[in-house]
Amino acid sequence: MPKIKAPVRTPHIDMTPMVDLFALLLTFFMLTTSFRPSEATVIDTPSSVSEKVSPDKDVIIILVGKDNKVFLNFDNGKDTAVLIRKEVLKKIGEQYNVTFTEKELKTFSTWASFGMPADKLKAWINTADSKDREVFQTGIPVDSADNQLNLWVRFIRIQNPRAEVAIKGDADADFKTVKHVMDILQDNKVNKFNLTTNLMKDEAKLEE
Amino acid sequence: MAEIIQAEGKQKGGKKKAKKFSTHIDMTPMVDLMCLLITFFMLTTAFSKPKAMEITMPEKDDTEKKDAPKIEADRTINILVSGNDKIYYYFGLADPKLPVPQLISTDYSKDGIRKMLLQRNILVFKAVKELRDKVIRGDEVMADSTLTRKVKELKKTVDPKAPIILIKADEKAKYKNLVDIIDEMAICTVANYAVVDISDFEKQMINGTAVSTPAAK
Repeated sequence: MPKIKAPVRTPHIDMTPMVDLFALLLTFFMLTTSFRPSEATVIDTPSSVSEKVSPDKDVIIILVGKDNKVFLNFDNGKDTAVLIRKEVLKKIGEQYNVTFTEKELKTFSTWASFGMPADKLKAWINTADSKDREVFQTGIPVDSADNQLNLWVRFIRIQNPRAEVAIKGDADADFKTVKHVMDILQDNKVNKFNLTTNLMKDEAKLEE
Repeated sequence: MAEIIQAEGKQKGGKKKAKKFSTHIDMTPMVDLMCLLITFFMLTTAFSKPKAMEITMPEKDDTEKKDAPKIEADRTINILVSGNDKIYYYFGLADPKLPVPQLISTDYSKDGIRKMLLQRNILVFKAVKELRDKVIRGDEVMADSTLTRKVKELKKTVDPKAPIILIKADEKAKYKNLVDIIDEMAICTVANYAVVDISDFEKQMINGTAVSTPAAK
């Protein structure tokens, strides 16, 4: 008796709808994406009910880490970032007798937050490896003996008088440090700050 | 992975048919690639934009101190923020020459500081809530900016006895405490508040070592 051969069929799934779906998702993500700028330190911001969106251009962001280290980022929009960051770095260089080459200035203008004493800036910029660069992020000196943050803020304000100040502090940072930063800002005639927070819903209810 | 095209059963007879190729394209590699790309974009996307609360600090100017605005003592509530999420408040002014005001300890919960603030600020809170509810229900239609302006007006005009809050934090306080307490102001729609420096006398009050020294007459 001849055996009955079952026809061998390869299981085949039509992938087209799946591809369609993925293509849609991909387009969505590509269009809505705004890249998270890498930050010098991990900052876990406290929550508030404030719904005001943090400004994203013409802004000086002062980051206060968990360990009370102070970092700085100033971004002034796509068109001006290159100009302002370069000029400010040049001024800082003059102040601390460090000269930056055109290439170094350019590199600096493309990077985001940083925090190191001015004399370490050059080494930081010239370190190619991002892992090695992290070692330099020791915080900007803010004590009254060597108040570099004060200088930074002053030079940024000269270059870009419209810049708003946002303080992005970690929930566990000491109030003392933040207050100190605020004092420095107030010395520079900045009296209005944005405190960066996460959105959290909370409402007061009346008991009646 | 490529698809195996089934050979059709052996043809009997001499007629040769052109081989039929299936028009299927194997999509699997494409799907793989897209999966990777989607994962990449999903992970790098920052969806929720960070929010910010605005505070305006009193201007630092020594010359202005002479004619600093007088704060009515009966409207003033002082909130002292300390470490370990501790928080205290007292009414009126703390002056070493006057008897030490009673310092009340409370917390950040709903029945803590918020209850007290709401009680004191009830007129403004109700007025603002009424307006907001009207907008939500659709009884009144206005742009967001108009609403913000009207709320500001209400805060100024509704209650001439609305509390003035002075927020003072000592060295042990965390940044989170400051944000929380300012947030509480927003929740309770407090119109007048300021973050000011803590005095030594108030630090002593927290420690419980404050002693009033009435000025000799």
